[in-house]
Amino acid sequence: MPFLEIDNLEKSYGSAKILKGVTLDIEEGGFLVLVGPSGCGKSTLLNTIAGLEPITGGEIRINGQRVNDLHPSKRDIAMVFQSYALYPNMTVAQNIGFGMEIRGVPKPERDKAIAEVSQLLQIDHLLDRKPSQLSGGQRQRVAMGRALVRKPQVFLFDEPLSNLDAKLRIDMRTEIKRLHQRMGTTIVYVTHDQIEAMTLASKIAVLKDGILQQFGTPSEIYNNPSNMFVADFMGSPAMNLIPATVAMNGKGLEVVMEREAREPIKLPLASAPAGLGAFQGKKVMFGVRPEALTDPGGADRDAKAVATADCHIEVVEPAGSDTFAVTNLGGKPVVARLRADAHIQPGSNAPLAFNLSKAVFFDPATEQRIV
Amino acid sequence: MSAASQDVATRNGIFARAAIYAVLILFAVYYLLPLYVMLVNSLKPLDEIRHGNMLALPHEWTIAPWLSAWSTAQIGVSPTGLKPYFLNSVMMVVPAVAISTILGALNGYVLTKWRFRGDTVVFGMMLLACFIPFQIVLIPSARILGLLHLAGTVPGLVLIHAIYGLGFTTLFFRNYYEAFPTELVRAAQIDGASFFQIFRRILLPSSAPIIVVTVIWQFTNIWNDFLFGSSFSSVDSIPLTVALNNLVNSSTGVKEYNVHFAGAILAALPTLIVYIVSGRYFVRGLMAGAVKG
Repeated sequence: MPFLEIDNLEKSYGSAKILKGVTLDIEEGGFLVLVGPSGCGKSTLLNTIAGLEPITGGEIRINGQRVNDLHPSKRDIAMVFQSYALYPNMTVAQNIGFGMEIRGVPKPERDKAIAEVSQLLQIDHLLDRKPSQLSGGQRQRVAMGRALVRKPQVFLFDEPLSNLDAKLRIDMRTEIKRLHQRMGTTIVYVTHDQIEAMTLASKIAVLKDGILQQFGTPSEIYNNPSNMFVADFMGSPAMNLIPATVAMNGKGLEVVMEREAREPIKLPLASAPAGLGAFQGKKVMFGVRPEALTDPGGADRDAKAVATADCHIEVVEPAGSDTFAVTNLGGKPVVARLRADAHIQPGSNAPLAFNLSKAVFFDPATEQRIV
Repeated sequence: MSAASQDVATRNGIFARAAIYAVLILFAVYYLLPLYVMLVNSLKPLDEIRHGNMLALPHEWTIAPWLSAWSTAQIGVSPTGLKPYFLNSVMMVVPAVAISTILGALNGYVLTKWRFRGDTVVFGMMLLACFIPFQIVLIPSARILGLLHLAGTVPGLVLIHAIYGLGFTTLFFRNYYEAFPTELVRAAQIDGASFFQIFRRILLPSSAPIIVVTVIWQFTNIWNDFLFGSSFSSVDSIPLTVALNNLVNSSTGVKEYNVHFAGAILAALPTLIVYIVSGRYFVRGLMAGAVKG
């Protein structure tokens, strides 16, 4: 049974519609990540779950209870803000204990809870400091401590790592994941960083312009994007979306990609999606992730359908663990991910292996996946 | 060669600095001269003023004019000195400053953190209050004070000053709270704090600079006000500024300049002290919020 349910949620400011009928749910102990570009409505969605902004239509239920009209403090949630929102005039201990103080929890009990949480987060030596005397990572921990001490039904995180430097961000990401595994509390987490979304989530919701684009597990989102936006947004480097045409050769369908000053590449499709037959002779978008486009020696040996084609390599970008090579297909730059020791020269021609079992197709008119 | 040019540069620097200081000192003297005249002459017997040079130091030092101004000088019809009127002013200023500051803070809090439909219009109208000249509101104010049976009383003056100052205090606090992070208010809401708890526990503790600015501004304006004081006071609610005027005007034959000077300094003393004690916070507070971060 879903623990947090969001049912056809709508939110407008005057005539501007921010959320246009979003429906989501997450099971108890799940980790739901809301991801999307800025202005997609993900933070607004989180604020409506928190009750900080009233909703225009639809329903929010936590553990079966409708919370639409409940005050934020009555929803049994806790929130970690992007700016941490630590009360500047209070010490760390007072910050963590403020909610309990307001609820009238007796002091000994409060102190015990503060001690527990601060030990868990390793901030027990900072309890008498003011927020201004803390580093970014320490403030982050205090903000989490303030949320943890409530023992809420749902944690809400609003881009909690975006103010930290790159290394600390990765450490804290792991820390959040570890905390989640340890506490098992349901989490809703907003980010614009698709790597954070992939690494943390048990379910990802991709939003754009207030509309839910796709909702599924990280691997569903990554491997079976439902439209071109999701395919392009998730993954780094992004999926290659190559303009192509579908043709019929003797045995079956093939995908044809134009090239500059050379004959087009034709790749036979052994297991094409059923819907692709209707696109014979028409334009499609051929989507292939960089890791599914590699040097033949590095190709996935278990893949069912691998096709090799000779490509002109324009740029080579060694990245240490991998080497990225850029070629041009269908008039667009296409990134291939090769093994680090693949010897390849810019300006030369090299064979590239297309893992067609990982390839996806989109209708360029609707931008939807062809299935 | 470089040493020589450095020498020239240093010499030019010294000249420039000397010129700047000369001009500054000149202006300082120019501005301090009236205060000097008042101070020097308030410490002289009257004869010396009539016969001597206004700028000269007293031959015979005396604090008699100060004592007279404070407790025995003729003001209007009674020889009470400025003392009772000083108390009137204190009784008027303290509550008026407190009320207008607290209400201004609440207004600023609501206008920035509890926004409602039309809040900018409300703020615009309150802002307008800063630009209305005193004279325009005299007759309506008199009418309302009459209706409330507060005409000619200290509470009546408190009411007028508190309301008239509200536009300014609201402006100060709104601009200050505008830069105050809204996420803190939201965090406190989730923690379960009420409207007033958030105000008292989260906003007020961070408001010291703007409170200082508002208090100085209001204190100076209300203490120095003459128009409302002369229009809306009666015998036992006359503020110090009006009494000073009466002191100077109710001479019995001889103009006691030394007493007048002493009285004027007495009247200006509280605002001077407020500025000297908290002036540096004033500048700091005016800058706060203007620059983010």
